[in-house]
Amino acid sequence: MARIGVFVCHCGENIGRTVDCHAVAEGCKDVPGVVHSVDYKYMCSDPGQQMVKKAIEEKGLTGVVVAACSPHMHEKTFRRAAAGAGLNAFLCEMANVREHCSWIHEDREKATVKAIDITRTIIEKVKHNVPLSTIRIPVTRRALVIGGGIAGIQAALDIADGGREVILVEKGPSIGGHMSQLSETFPTLDCSQCILTPRMVEVYQHPRIKLYAYSEVESVEGYIGNFKVTVRRKARSVDEEKCNGCGACTQVCPNKKIPSEFDCGLGKRTAIYVPFPQAVPNLPTVDRNKCLLFMNRAKGRPDTCKKCAEACEKGAIDFDQQDRLITEDVGAIVVATGYQLYTIGKDQPKDNLKGYGEYGYGTIPDVIDGLQFERLASASGPTSGKILRPSDGKVPKRIVFLQCIGSRDPQKGMEYCSKICCMYVAKHTMLYHHKVHDGVATVFYMDIRAAGKGYEEFSRRAIEEEGAQYIRGRVSRMWREGDVIKILGFDTLEGEPIEMDADMVVLATAMRPQPGIDVLAQKLSVSYDQHGFINEAHPKLRPVETNTAGIYVAGACQAPRDIPDAVAMASATASKVLGLFANEMLEREPTVARVDEGTCAGCFHCERVCAYGAVEHKDIKDRAGNVVRVIAYVNPGVCQGCGTCEATCPSKSVELQGFTDEQIWSEIQALGV
Amino acid sequence: MGSHEHSRNHSGPEPLAARVQRMTGLNPACCYQCGKCSAGCPMAAETTLRPHDVMRLVARDRLDKLADADGLWLCLTCETCTSRCPNGCDPARTMDALREIFATGKDGKPPKAISAFHKSFLAQVRAHGRLFEMGLIMSYKLGGGPMFADVTTTPSVLARGKLGLAPHNVKGLDEVRRIFDACAAVAAEEEGR
Repeated sequence: MARIGVFVCHCGENIGRTVDCHAVAEGCKDVPGVVHSVDYKYMCSDPGQQMVKKAIEEKGLTGVVVAACSPHMHEKTFRRAAAGAGLNAFLCEMANVREHCSWIHEDREKATVKAIDITRTIIEKVKHNVPLSTIRIPVTRRALVIGGGIAGIQAALDIADGGREVILVEKGPSIGGHMSQLSETFPTLDCSQCILTPRMVEVYQHPRIKLYAYSEVESVEGYIGNFKVTVRRKARSVDEEKCNGCGACTQVCPNKKIPSEFDCGLGKRTAIYVPFPQAVPNLPTVDRNKCLLFMNRAKGRPDTCKKCAEACEKGAIDFDQQDRLITEDVGAIVVATGYQLYTIGKDQPKDNLKGYGEYGYGTIPDVIDGLQFERLASASGPTSGKILRPSDGKVPKRIVFLQCIGSRDPQKGMEYCSKICCMYVAKHTMLYHHKVHDGVATVFYMDIRAAGKGYEEFSRRAIEEEGAQYIRGRVSRMWREGDVIKILGFDTLEGEPIEMDADMVVLATAMRPQPGIDVLAQKLSVSYDQHGFINEAHPKLRPVETNTAGIYVAGACQAPRDIPDAVAMASATASKVLGLFANEMLEREPTVARVDEGTCAGCFHCERVCAYGAVEHKDIKDRAGNVVRVIAYVNPGVCQGCGTCEATCPSKSVELQGFTDEQIWSEIQALGV
Repeated sequence: MGSHEHSRNHSGPEPLAARVQRMTGLNPACCYQCGKCSAGCPMAAETTLRPHDVMRLVARDRLDKLADADGLWLCLTCETCTSRCPNGCDPARTMDALREIFATGKDGKPPKAISAFHKSFLAQVRAHGRLFEMGLIMSYKLGGGPMFADVTTTPSVLARGKLGLAPHNVKGLDEVRRIFDACAAVAAEEEGR
């Protein structure tokens, strides 16, 4: 027979004002199974907790109901107190008579009746509670970081400096990401490469970081603390062990006119190439789509050009190298795959993105995007830092920047604000002003969003001290007359249309997640929004966790982010990872789903509805070892206890521990409806 | 359609923003266009171009639009705009500078009557060291002011002795004239630019 103790809390005046707590305690005394029922001013206080402990010991309670605030607030407190008195923590439950009752009612009489009802439901539930024990899962204390931009670099360094091993996987031939392409950074105008490249080298030399550049995540299995990750190491056609990075191969490659990805198509590279001089690792890569030898092989012709192999003194060029699949065990994953820019061409990667015909779909050669301007302004860029326009190499004397291209435009692009454009456009006007003293920079903007330390001051500096002309309004159309770009816009401050000639136009295009983010997110079982940005677990309180335990998110793959934001997020993920790795075993609440192996029919409806990928297949074998049935098994390490499987199961074979059908049914029965 | 050149063309004439900055020591680009100046302007309801409009047009080098602005001449110089500005712009001083620019007559002229009044007023001060009302009225009306406005009030004003028929000069009239001469020299220098 159950021996239940009821403890009613006044929460000062919070409950006591609208609920007669003494009447609640008295009202519960008659409920069968209740052997002890009291009320107290502050049950969560030390004396309150002592009352609970004393009653458990003296009256031999088999269950505790605390009628007080939300379980979010103090369930842990009272479960700890109950455990302190020798009762299984999961035999202690809370009846929420504050948020669900006193705070939302005014009539004291009715509220008291309701509080008694709420408490009685939980009393009936506790009668069916069974002792549970916390789940302990071993933790592999190594982390995987996906993406070698500034966010991934920061996360990898912080985790490695915290004493744990890191595997850093980068898709491209070098780490560094978009930050390595930037000229200077707002709001301090310090040189991007000067602050980034030491970090890149640090990653490369760190004893606890294993860098897999030119590699991609092939598959991910497992759960928090126990992921098994397969990484595809794409064939560089260069032996990493032999190559000494001398660069002789790139000198002799005859195919020299391939648009450089690093220079955003403004510069050229060879078929065997190092993306930029400070690349880490400093290894050349053969672009098999552009290399003459591979192009011939694709057509079934014999190998012709082997100039790079002939030039290599180390014999490091390996045309027959194959992709390799490597498996790594890790306990936590940080996703930091970064962003791409909305393309200004006609072909848009998604049907709902239409592109801008009114701006010529990028057909006007002197209309470029923000990253291209970065390359023009960068000392390491194709013009050695001179602002020269792509069409004829002349210095543009009239440069126009258009903000919000693809951003804040649900019709043709994205409805969100890309956040960084206001700042980098202000920076671009300054860089331009510093390099072309007699030039005029004009900006068409909708709003100037400069929220950040030193950001407002920076954008005002562009306007007040660096002579940038800011016109509030959008541009309707651009077309080319001779070598001049005609711009038709509207000045909403003056309230009239404006026609303007420009020598070069820079479009501040929207920030979007990297292509393929959806595929990766599906591999990781993390959710993403309609734009492909990875969802955080809670927008305020869990901003760097995903909805899958053990997987974290940093940088611009979560939302448009600038460098300080991305770095802060990366450090936050590192602290989360190191926190997870602080213990060898991971403790989890036992409120997870269990499958009744006797009745499960193996329909796997549960598998289809599980948002966390927690449902696995389990073979039931006979004595001879033959598989007779395949049933569902819920991995307790992955299960988040949402209960969707329990609601879905047609044969009622899945139950969420702590929230079984029997318990819920008892609660409803207690109300007598 | 408002088609105009970029404001900082070094081969062309000095841009208006630079000119105003030279005259006032204030940077017209500092204006946020928040409109707080116009919100407090007592003449805002009477004018088509309010203080923030004037600031914007200066920054955008729109002398053409400013030339037609009545607001510049209806401004009471109460300086509420200046005291309200969050970014230290001085719309009152800026409008002063614009009036100086237009007073030279090279970039558009002030409205005829207003110009006549200013000229008559200053002529009286130069002649007598103070205002001689009767002289002001005569010269204003002959110089382009409305000939018959306020005529009916003249007898009663005269009867109460509010309007002297003969001027009274101040002491030290020479010194007043020296001020005028000094100002004229500055104006001439400005003219030479």
